[in-house]
Amino acid sequence: MNEAWRSAFSRVPDLLAAHVQLSFSALLLAMVICLPLAIWAARAPKVAAVILGFASLIQTIPALALLALFYPVLLGLSLLVGGGITALGFLPALLALTLYALLPILRNAVTGLTGVDPAAKEAADGLGMTASQKLRLVEAPLAAPTIMAGIRTAAVWTIGAATLSTTVGQASLGDMIFAGLQTQNWTLVLAGCLASASLAIIVDLLLGVIEKSIAVRKKVRAWIAAAILGIGLAIALLPTLQSRENVIVIGAKGFSEQFILARLIGARLEEQGYAIEYRDGLGSALVFQAVAADDIDIYVDYSGTIWTNQMQRTDAPPTDQMLSEIGEWANRQHSVTMLGALGFENTYAFAIRPEDAASKDLKTLDDLARVSPEFTFGTDLEFLERPEWEMVKDAYPLRFKEERSFNPTFMYPALASGEADVISAFSSDGRIAANGFVVLDDEKGAVPSYEALLLVSSDSAVDEKLVDAIRPLVGAISVEKMREANYMVDRSDDKKTPGQAAAWLDRQIGE
Amino acid sequence: MSTIGPSISLNNVSRHFGAVKAVDALSLEIKAGSLVALVGLSGSGKSTLLKMINRLVEPSSGSILVGEDQIEAIDPHVLRRRIGYVFQNIGLFPHMTIARNIAIGLELAGGHQGLDDRVAELLDLVELPREMAQRMPDQLSGGQQQRVGVARALATRPGLMLMDEPFGALDPVTRDNLTEQYKKLHHKLELTTIIVTHDMAEALYLADRILVMQDGQIKADATPAELLSGKVGAEAEALVAVPRAQAEHFHALGKQS
Repeated sequence: MNEAWRSAFSRVPDLLAAHVQLSFSALLLAMVICLPLAIWAARAPKVAAVILGFASLIQTIPALALLALFYPVLLGLSLLVGGGITALGFLPALLALTLYALLPILRNAVTGLTGVDPAAKEAADGLGMTASQKLRLVEAPLAAPTIMAGIRTAAVWTIGAATLSTTVGQASLGDMIFAGLQTQNWTLVLAGCLASASLAIIVDLLLGVIEKSIAVRKKVRAWIAAAILGIGLAIALLPTLQSRENVIVIGAKGFSEQFILARLIGARLEEQGYAIEYRDGLGSALVFQAVAADDIDIYVDYSGTIWTNQMQRTDAPPTDQMLSEIGEWANRQHSVTMLGALGFENTYAFAIRPEDAASKDLKTLDDLARVSPEFTFGTDLEFLERPEWEMVKDAYPLRFKEERSFNPTFMYPALASGEADVISAFSSDGRIAANGFVVLDDEKGAVPSYEALLLVSSDSAVDEKLVDAIRPLVGAISVEKMREANYMVDRSDDKKTPGQAAAWLDRQIGE
Repeated sequence: MSTIGPSISLNNVSRHFGAVKAVDALSLEIKAGSLVALVGLSGSGKSTLLKMINRLVEPSSGSILVGEDQIEAIDPHVLRRRIGYVFQNIGLFPHMTIARNIAIGLELAGGHQGLDDRVAELLDLVELPREMAQRMPDQLSGGQQQRVGVARALATRPGLMLMDEPFGALDPVTRDNLTEQYKKLHHKLELTTIIVTHDMAEALYLADRILVMQDGQIKADATPAELLSGKVGAEAEALVAVPRAQAEHFHALGKQS
């Protein structure tokens, strides 16, 4: 096993434990909800039709969308009850996965209970069993194999879908898959897939043994399989018993620069004796809410993002004025402290191939507007929905032939290979220079400033030792250094992990 | 261990399923200790009548007495624990051993002592080997399963047995055997038994009183001898005609050879 695999698998134990905790909780909650409902439904066909219809409807919603939907729902609920409900992390993931697990459990339980031999039920009545005795002694045991089969299906689905909970800030094996995808670290993606697939297969096998043992009434075998499951679960639950005091959670959005900066901050805090947890791959809309709600302690955001998304501003004042307004707004409205700007900007940069720049004489966004009907525009997944795009369109008459969204990782290869002719690149991305791409000038200043800002939650801002440990980062990172660190992670050859790139960056700052 | 079965009294009992009158204003007295056969074609209401006695079917109107007790005053599950019930589909619990199947009524009544002895006694009673106690139902033949069904019904020493075509699904030889043995059990235990059957020959052989049902009413009420004499009406005669013709045919065949 080489270094890449070793480092990938070193992340597995913690994430596996979180994955098991989440999947098991969702499955347990789904069972608690489903079994009484199934008993009711088995006695009333109309109820069964309504309940199964509802569960089927939920199943048609993509798991990713279901997870995303719980964020605004919980946020609204929290507002209604006057706060206190966290819209990120475990709760939305638990609720979405529970809803997702309902259908297989319900359907099988209803099928199992209604499928009990009518003769056995008549005999139970004839013998003078009460309804609950009939359920306990006859219906439940006879329906048990079918019910177990449903639980088994739900378990496999839940373990698979739990990888998506990364997107709402809940740690799971999906963290490895998403982070690996962003940084083109296929070893990490494969390790994450292998771990979650193995978990699903093992749980499926053990539940299968229980299901078959119940059907053929081999109690000992069922208990052995249940005991193995129980031991695995107990090991996964052990970390929750440990103290969560003094763990600093560092958030990161889903791209390399964010992973690197999170580890840079983390390493400095670890030197001061803090225990660190990383929450990678948070959506940019969620991450500010998370720091405001104290779900995460520290993260790096960009001035333009907060300006346009959170503050809903459409003007573009000078950088200094913008930063002071942001700092004041964050503190007043959300009790979030802005420690300062890191010293580099990561703005949207329109990049084209050097051949096009030369042959079509393209230097500015106005030049691009001229040729835009012949150009395909490649963007990341969110740019076309962002206010910046509106601001750019207002300033320059851009009318592209086609607009295509890519995962940021694939945006640069798409430009290189001609699948896109211009991309909304990130100015601090090392792949612009590495590919020799040409960045077009924004002469009218339509795109606001995107200074990288260090944001700290209200809980952590009062911790002087913590603030002292990370304050030296303010103004210390140049765009050249950031670009180089990003490229270490993003390039295809001799890839570094975000942690290694962060260590390199830390040494550069020290010099 | 003998018990004396109760008398049964039905007073103006009806049961409607929508517009269909399965049992129509029927009154009936059954003496304690009698073995009554309810015969009739499919849909004549005989099963409905039987199931009203242990409240598996609730009457639309009228009242029923078992012994001195008005049955609607008793909780259905309490009533049913006092009445043995055997039906065509047997309904042994496939996930329980034969012993537990037989003892389940005692278990429901809260008895946990001496179950093994009682199971052995009941297996003897229905002429099954005691080794069967630890088998599972699917390891038994249909006839053996219904013997277990009878043993299960008798476990709590009920005075009244309700049997709904109990041997209808069995092969003729097994069926004949069981009919014969049940008749002996009935007399030995001094039970009151009501047995629903569509087989007139079985009724004629088994019962001491035969009720012929049609359209929810009793069209004939007679002893087997009276029925065979052909003096009790057209409905009864139609049912008796078949076994009588068969018997005459067999008799003639016997003479030829």
